[in-house]
Amino acid sequence: MRDTMIDPKILANHNLTPGEYELIVSLIGREPNLTELGVFSAMWSEHCSYKSSKFYLKQLPTQGRAVVQGPGENAGIIDIGDGQVIVFKIESHNHPSYIEPFQGAATGVGGILRDIFTMGARPIALLDSLRFGPLDSPKNRSIMEGVVSGISSYGNSIGVPTVGGEIYFGENYALNPLVNVFCLGLAEKDKIFYAKAEGIGNAVLYVGSKTGRDGIHGATMASAEFVKETEHKRPNVQVGDPFKEKLLVEACLEVMDKGVIVGIQDMGAAGLTCSTAEMPAKSGTGIEIDLDLVPQREEGMTPYEILLSESQERMLIVARPDKVREVREIFAKWDLDAVEIGRVIEGGRMKVRFQGEIVVDVPVSAVVDLCPIYQRPVAPPAPPRTASDVPPVPVPDDLGAIFGKLLASPTIANKEWVFRQYDHMVQTNTMVLPGADAAVLRLKGSRKALAVSLDGNSLYARLDPRTGGKIAVAEACRNLACVGARPIGVTNCLNFGSPEKPEVMRQFKEAVAGLSEACLAFEIPVTGGNVSFYNDTEGASIYPTPVLGVVGLVQDIDRVVTPGFKGEGDAVVLIGACTGELGGSEYLKVAHGREDGIPPTIDLAMERAVQETCVEAAESGLLASAHDLSEGGLAVAAAESAFAGPGRLGCRLDLDGGLRPDALLFGEAQSRILVTVAAAGLPALLELAAKRGVPAAVVGEVGGPAIRIAQKGSVLIDIPVDAARAAWMDAIPAYFKIGEG
Amino acid sequence: MKFGVVVFPGSNCDADALHAVRDVMGQAARFLWHKDHDLRGVDCVVLPGGFSYGDYLRSGAIARFSPLMREVREFADRGGLVLGICNGFQVLLELGLLPGAMLRNKHLKFLCRYVHLRLENERTRFTHLGRKGQVLRIPIAHFDGNYYAPPETLKEIEDNGRVVFRYADADGRPTAEANVNGSLHNIAGLINAQGNVLGMMPHPERAAEPLLGSADGRVIFESLISKF
Repeated sequence: MRDTMIDPKILANHNLTPGEYELIVSLIGREPNLTELGVFSAMWSEHCSYKSSKFYLKQLPTQGRAVVQGPGENAGIIDIGDGQVIVFKIESHNHPSYIEPFQGAATGVGGILRDIFTMGARPIALLDSLRFGPLDSPKNRSIMEGVVSGISSYGNSIGVPTVGGEIYFGENYALNPLVNVFCLGLAEKDKIFYAKAEGIGNAVLYVGSKTGRDGIHGATMASAEFVKETEHKRPNVQVGDPFKEKLLVEACLEVMDKGVIVGIQDMGAAGLTCSTAEMPAKSGTGIEIDLDLVPQREEGMTPYEILLSESQERMLIVARPDKVREVREIFAKWDLDAVEIGRVIEGGRMKVRFQGEIVVDVPVSAVVDLCPIYQRPVAPPAPPRTASDVPPVPVPDDLGAIFGKLLASPTIANKEWVFRQYDHMVQTNTMVLPGADAAVLRLKGSRKALAVSLDGNSLYARLDPRTGGKIAVAEACRNLACVGARPIGVTNCLNFGSPEKPEVMRQFKEAVAGLSEACLAFEIPVTGGNVSFYNDTEGASIYPTPVLGVVGLVQDIDRVVTPGFKGEGDAVVLIGACTGELGGSEYLKVAHGREDGIPPTIDLAMERAVQETCVEAAESGLLASAHDLSEGGLAVAAAESAFAGPGRLGCRLDLDGGLRPDALLFGEAQSRILVTVAAAGLPALLELAAKRGVPAAVVGEVGGPAIRIAQKGSVLIDIPVDAARAAWMDAIPAYFKIGEG
Repeated sequence: MKFGVVVFPGSNCDADALHAVRDVMGQAARFLWHKDHDLRGVDCVVLPGGFSYGDYLRSGAIARFSPLMREVREFADRGGLVLGICNGFQVLLELGLLPGAMLRNKHLKFLCRYVHLRLENERTRFTHLGRKGQVLRIPIAHFDGNYYAPPETLKEIEDNGRVVFRYADADGRPTAEANVNGSLHNIAGLINAQGNVLGMMPHPERAAEPLLGSADGRVIFESLISKF
């Protein structure tokens, strides 16, 4: 068969170094042909191989009593009792979302859904963590609109509720928006399926949508920076069909329920290549397939194209020959292709035929397990800074005006414009709707509920990646505590610039160290996750952005707590200590145009004690409301609690002196939760806090038409709830009014 | 009472509807596969919400040709009870079992939120346990819920009291502001001339349990069940 000579230019286009090429040659015992080069290019890409991150990810704590499956499979699995398990993971789809926001985001949703149901779990919830450039720019608005529409379109159509998430804005994301999608599924403990290719002679079936030319080298694109010519990468973006995926979910769950398959793997990054290589690699076998049998929707596709296409909504299934007919019948019922394209073989090789000839013949271990692991150069630690290194911050004259500005800043402002485009109620499990600290899903037939939160703060991570990593975990768990849940498992999405920059590697190394430290301190296992490197354009990297997805359990649905103020006269109690730290705060950015400083300190032991106090109080039925303090500090947390309550009651707070007023109101000291209790429950709450050595003080009461916060009797802000709410509600919709330019 | 929930390829709220009638309301219920030709002796057919056939062409446009729709039409003609929710309502419109059509929401976005409905007609099989003017808090979730009918049809619907639910404010007033999707006359649900086929865009199966936020949707199921 004619083939192209592999020269340095071709190698560069495939994102492989000369060193990697030499290793490939030595592993397979000869030069690869172009198709084989494509296979290695995709599988050895950063996105698929984790070659620059694996070395550091190994330190993440992954053990736990309830862990059924840790990192290494399509998703992580945690036992939640009563014969049930949860299956969950977070994935990034950053690069495609800049090129083609709608499809980039939509297929991000499609991809993570497949990672969940391929393991036998019905997807029950989606959450997303999004980051865009500032909304003043039409281009950034266009990207946000496309991404939200894409997530909405895919999630709604397939019938999985999008129940929460986070959205941040920052100039560093303008050319590198971030779209991280999290999915949670529910399965029975004894009906979990893995990506196994066991049983020599077993059939290999291709099921789902036909293969086209979309998304070729999607994985490779995600493993390189953007440059000026980036627009022409549009064919690298996959195109999704949620209707097809809905049929796929039903058909797959049905064949799994009937127990007629041996193994299953979705075709995600690196398409057919990935599943064909990974399934036998895990089982010590090999696979032989015939590309002529692959259902195609384009004419004249080459083996290279068929193998590397990232056409969506496709799975690879291994089944015993005597079960093939039943598998095909079930897929036919759902009007989906199910074609036998090969079989499981001995010898540990991936063999691919096309028009009667072998076009790929390589050991699966070479493709899957033997990609080099890099310890890239890491910049030396940044010199430690002290408070005296930070230029002073002037106290503003008009704190009320600053408060209004913060409420109207898109990162803090109300996100209804976004989440009302998502069906967040389908499947009738959503107990706490978007807008609260965490999403809460009831478990039918049980008194328990699941809680989920996604969190990350890149302003902190940029200033001190280790602290940023720790705080990401702390905040996610704190959000769970606010609804009355304890964390049981973590998945992480690590978004960084190019690993070829020592400074980025330093950020990565430190962030992962921070994540590990916090997960160990809170005793929660990391069950898997995703690393997205190369989020740079024209040499400029994004801020380090570690995003955490934490899942928790509420023991009793009657004890779920929500953030809104409930009763006139309820005592407002601040759990935790106000330190007045301003570094990396939203206030510093919005009011002073600065992103410098030292991020807030995080005392993991104190954080855990604060969370435990809150959960215990919730379980004892003491709390009328709970809300964590994050961006915008105490003032914004009080305002959000006022907006969220059924009567939109305000509050009258009076805090101790000592701190400067702006630091008191807007500082982002960690480990703080604002709760309210009916007067009768106050002594019990304070006792719970004292027992755990956690500071807790009554700072005021719920009531009145305004958010009034004073310091030692001197009123700092006094704004009617309605007026504050209007500014908070209108901020984001104002950017998207139809008919304006 | 026996309920049958039709499942089309792409239906999403079928399991939710089954859960509401079987697990919450304690009635016998089963799924009915769209390719079959057997209603299995059910007393009420439910066409659930979702994205049947991916909303290709128009919402409900292809589902109305599913094999089982032949039996559903005959069942409705004989006076059998049919409840179409959201996409189910769209299928009923495409089948011609209810008059009118659905357009894209006026603000051109998918919208998921709680709305208030004013119960307009309490003399139906689906609402007789409610009061005229009663305000119900039930969620919607749709992209194409903007109800349209030509003027003569609209007049006939109104003159004959066939509007069952209207989008309203918390006090039950069908204001322009309460009209979240642009539907003519704030129409959220209507019934056929015979009174046995109801189509509604809001999701009563999502408002059948207090723990999810509202149980105001129960009155519809309770009304249906009470006569059995």
